[in-house]
Amino acid sequence: MSLVESDKATPAPGKLPASSLVSRLVVIGVIVFGVAFLFAYAGGWLTPRALTPTRIADRFEALNGVHPGFRRNHAKGVCVSGYFESNGKGAALCKSLIFQMGRVPVVGRFSLGGGLPYAADSAQNVRGLGILFQLPNGEEWRTAMIDLPVFPVKTPKAFYELLLASAPDPASGKPDPAKMKTFIENNPESAKAFPLIGGKQKSSGFANSSFNSINSFRFINVDGAVSAVRWSLAPLEAFEPIAAADVQSTNKNQLFDSLIARIHNHALAWRLIITLAQPGDTTDDATIPWPRERQQIEVGTLTIDRVESDDTSIARDINFDPLVLPSGIAASDDPLLSARSAVYSQSFTRREGEHKEASAISAAETGK
Amino acid sequence: MDTTKQPNQFAILSRLLHWSMAAMLLAMLFIGVAMVTSLGDYYKLVSIHRPLGIMILIFAILRIINRMMTTLPPFPTTMSQLERKIATASERLLYALMLALPLVGWGMLSAGHYPVVMFGAWRLPPILPANPMLYAALRKTHTVLAYLLFAAFLGHISAVLFHTLIIRDRLLNRMAVWPIRPDKIESQN
Repeated sequence: MSLVESDKATPAPGKLPASSLVSRLVVIGVIVFGVAFLFAYAGGWLTPRALTPTRIADRFEALNGVHPGFRRNHAKGVCVSGYFESNGKGAALCKSLIFQMGRVPVVGRFSLGGGLPYAADSAQNVRGLGILFQLPNGEEWRTAMIDLPVFPVKTPKAFYELLLASAPDPASGKPDPAKMKTFIENNPESAKAFPLIGGKQKSSGFANSSFNSINSFRFINVDGAVSAVRWSLAPLEAFEPIAAADVQSTNKNQLFDSLIARIHNHALAWRLIITLAQPGDTTDDATIPWPRERQQIEVGTLTIDRVESDDTSIARDINFDPLVLPSGIAASDDPLLSARSAVYSQSFTRREGEHKEASAISAAETGK
Repeated sequence: MDTTKQPNQFAILSRLLHWSMAAMLLAMLFIGVAMVTSLGDYYKLVSIHRPLGIMILIFAILRIINRMMTTLPPFPTTMSQLERKIATASERLLYALMLALPLVGWGMLSAGHYPVVMFGAWRLPPILPANPMLYAALRKTHTVLAYLLFAAFLGHISAVLFHTLIIRDRLLNRMAVWPIRPDKIESQN
């Protein structure tokens, strides 16, 4: 160290000339306001037209109203629990403990798409299933799946636009065909996805629905090898097409009540199937299905044996964020994944702080 | 080291802690404010935000221990009694925020029933029970404290720049990473 003891302190410098003072103040101003400006830019205040998680959640609220305590999408649902039994066949693809042979507990939630928690069940509604796999080492795998074969949009922006274009017109009660036409013209990938979605016959209820990951993910095995995958839950219950009687019922909760009755009668099960991509398969566009002949590996069975109301289950306060992943499962380059994580978080933060209204599927309903 | 006299500069460990934390905190504030408004980069930014926050917590604890164990250089004569009080109070506020923000973030994830993932399979245990209202309150607190930290940071650099460029008392030299000759430091007290 070159520090030497000295009694001499530098004498206070003389007075600054006015011009120098001004330029030095300007330098300070530029630095301090510059940092503040960059902070404001990073926080999106200077780009109010940019699409943000807040704006997407706001659009759900604008279209559906605010229903305190409920998810902004998939508002109506019922909670379940059970277990997943791995057969060990996934371990070659993915190092996660979830694919070691054995059983782990799960909690989940069946839901209908849309932001209306008290709407009557409808046949055409998107069906959702969120699952949290509780791994033995404390890790979690959360996945939020739906029954559609592909997603209707490729990007968060298209999703935001479709929300508005497909919203019922207040006058007719149906989506405005002109708006849908414009949307389809602007989003040709959606134009291809709609017939795939519309062409798939809905099953008679949740119990015999398939649920799909929709987005692509990456599996990493013990050797570090990466595979692009999608997954599905295939029901053991036999497929039956939905009949008019299943929906044109006087019971608003027809689909949920039928699920509850089935679970009370016997445990429901789904096979977890991993589909492996081949080089060239699209992983960043959830509107495009992978070819049918892709290798599929059944890695275990999900069993659901308990059902509980949103009002009493811990699953109400779980965010089924698709990017809560254990080591060995990672996000793909699909732009929807990060956006889903961001918007789910926004919805979660809003509803957790609100007074919780009673679910349409009450504890009395699930106890029946 | 001779502890009977006051040093000219902050101790070398204090200076290294100061600048490494300055970089981490500034990065953290920008990542935090950007991620909550981002769709495409949200996941990447959150994945950095969590472990970096815990790193800041560890550094903050080390820094406070270090602060209690070292002798500070004296205030420059150019600082009035009031300025010295403000400087001391703002130092305490900054330390408090460096501790509180990561703890609130960790507690918030615990209350929100999230796993507190660091890297790979490594997670931290929850420090609070899962509770929706608690989560919401801590989430809000996290934002408010972060803005307060950013405001305190702006105040801090404004004061240092004012001293360095206008009063020209070489205040900044006391925190320079490299050693400064004593005659380049205004240290009369």
